[in-house]
Amino acid sequence: MSGPARGVVELDRLTKRFGAEVAVREVSLTVAPGEFVTLLGPSGCGKTTTLRCIAGLESPDAGEIRIDGQVVASRARGIHLPPEDRDIGMVFQSYAVWPHMTVFDNVAYGLRVRRVGRSDVQDRTTGALELVGLAHLADRYATKLSGGQRQRVALARAIVYRPKVILFDEPLSNLDAKLREQMRVELVRLQHDAGITSIYVTHDQSEALVMSDRVVVMHAGVIQQIGDPRTIYARPANAFVASFLGVANLLEGTLADQNGAWCEMDIPLGPTQPSVRLRAAAAAGVSRGQRITLSVRPEDLALHLTRPDRAVNVIEGEVIDTVYLGSFVDGQVRAGAHTISVQIDHYERLVPGQKVFLTFEPEHGLCLSS
Amino acid sequence: MEAGSPAPRHLEVRGLVKSFGPERAVDDISFGVPRGKFLTLLGPSGCGKTTTLMCIAGLHRLDAGEIRVGGVAYTSVADRIFLAPERRDIGMVFQSYAIWPHMTVAENVAYPLEIRKVARAEIHDRVADVLRLVGLLEMAGKLATQLSGGQQQRAALARAIVYRPKLLLFDEPLSNLDLKLREQMRVELKRIQREVGITSVYVTHDQAEALVMSDEIIVMSDGRIQQTGDPHDIYARPANRYVSNFIGVANLLPGRVVRVTAPGRGEIEVQEGAARVRLPCRLGEGVGEGAPAVLSVRPENVQALREDRGEPRLEGLVLQTIFLGNCLDCRVRWGAFEWKILAHPRYLLRAGERVFLRLDPEHSLAVRP
Repeated sequence: MSGPARGVVELDRLTKRFGAEVAVREVSLTVAPGEFVTLLGPSGCGKTTTLRCIAGLESPDAGEIRIDGQVVASRARGIHLPPEDRDIGMVFQSYAVWPHMTVFDNVAYGLRVRRVGRSDVQDRTTGALELVGLAHLADRYATKLSGGQRQRVALARAIVYRPKVILFDEPLSNLDAKLREQMRVELVRLQHDAGITSIYVTHDQSEALVMSDRVVVMHAGVIQQIGDPRTIYARPANAFVASFLGVANLLEGTLADQNGAWCEMDIPLGPTQPSVRLRAAAAAGVSRGQRITLSVRPEDLALHLTRPDRAVNVIEGEVIDTVYLGSFVDGQVRAGAHTISVQIDHYERLVPGQKVFLTFEPEHGLCLSS
Repeated sequence: MEAGSPAPRHLEVRGLVKSFGPERAVDDISFGVPRGKFLTLLGPSGCGKTTTLMCIAGLHRLDAGEIRVGGVAYTSVADRIFLAPERRDIGMVFQSYAIWPHMTVAENVAYPLEIRKVARAEIHDRVADVLRLVGLLEMAGKLATQLSGGQQQRAALARAIVYRPKLLLFDEPLSNLDLKLREQMRVELKRIQREVGITSVYVTHDQAEALVMSDEIIVMSDGRIQQTGDPHDIYARPANRYVSNFIGVANLLPGRVVRVTAPGRGEIEVQEGAARVRLPCRLGEGVGEGAPAVLSVRPENVQALREDRGEPRLEGLVLQTIFLGNCLDCRVRWGAFEWKILAHPRYLLRAGERVFLRLDPEHSLAVRP
């Protein structure tokens, strides 16, 4: 193949239907060697179907899948390699760890089935267990392990084959919150240390932000945006991405003026109130007179008790409620017909009904086409 | 009740002691809850919080102490009073939803009124009111088994408040729900409690839940009260190392108070490996000059700057940054210590950078070890 560096996994206009319903529509993606790519979206967005097509558990209706340059699925060319011939590892939500075997035997099993030599099995299994921090529990039965430890066994079992890519399907969603946070960081460290190309499916946006080199946001079978976590979060391509990742205040209005990278918008606050004129960065595809949506994050809004003198963007409102979260206060402010969330970093006793002013820097707001 | 106390206490617990065999599960605790307020008993498992709740409910007998509701003694060891649980007029919501699967939502909620022989028309109205309040009015005719976990917990709450009990007791009601739903339900539960105005005692091991929901929090460990206060007090002015560590995340550095500069203010010297520094700070209760203390600083109150602004100098190395969307979680090595710092997500710190840490003396607290 010519052109840019070849990906370990390449999806070329992948489409999968279930009856009349299109689960995945023309999805194209190239995953580079050693990269950690997350497919993120709500249930039914097509992320798991995409993963199952890569794994060979589903057969795509159109398009092509290549793993390390080899076509593993193409209806047009009549190719469908079974999962066991694709050189992939898989880690699922259910640990799928055999209870009647020790940790060592669980991990060694796949190698033994493939008739790997005895000393090689010993070395590779030990190596994989060391990597996941379970070498000291090698002789323990799987039933004696905690949820986090079982998931590590599942991971060791996937990496012991040294597959070209590991596919993860919501592997942490059965763990409790604290363990999940630990495992995220650990999984990323492992993945980097072992240098394994990974495709990870989740509906949990914080997981995607913490773990990924790149995030693929999906909705209704279609890729909405591909980018690194900061870009996806700070420069969402549309209102769906803005609201699916973190919290975004989305205010609809019209575009009054556009000057290069900047937009002036009129945002009506309510039927009885005048619109406010606000300035923000322009997203791709906005043009004058169009219906637009302003997206601004709670942490990019500043709250003032008196009207600020020199702020470019000021929204007047009144406090509905505040929720104290320790490291910050989550404030809800009513501005006309809108409820705006603001992250207040310094503790202030605000009372419901109190008048406040919200400001934000133009570069921290984003004008999206509706 | 003492004269001049600010709010009359609807629930009053005094000198409560409860042992199981040789072990004191609850060791002489006293507290009160003003009418309509929401109190949380917070602590790890085995701290005595659930035992305390069971004593209030009348499901345990006390070894010593008394419990009063609205001035009436429910339990008094000295006066040999023990009111049976069913006569206490208390609503309870548990972790397991305890909703009857063979009944509809409306029948479940009506049940407590039926056994209290409330008139049929009134039952209908009150059930409808309560279901509207918890957002289940559309589900009234559904069988309880057709509800999601969050909906079942709403039904359980509706059943507990429909007969307007004197007291509501919650025993970790949200711990079976997934994280997203749990976060929604915290705010929702608090809203409902405020609307019905029933005095509530809530037991949890989840500090975030306690901060969000409570008017007042009691932090417990080993059967004793570590601190009582409103959420902001507990978070910003922890009484000791235990509370500081249990609530939220804190950087905790052992040191010694070297100087008291004003009432409640001073300087602490901390050392971690080769790094040592004197820092101005606030002094917690019981911390004086020369005393060993622990400096407690929350991650959001540490700033990592690229330029050196002079003394006190805390120069460190960024080990790791984790982008969390609305904030940046950073780890900075200083001597042998690893600082946890929460920065604004727009601040682009990178692993391997040298930084200078600034602490706000107002948010640096020396507490008892």
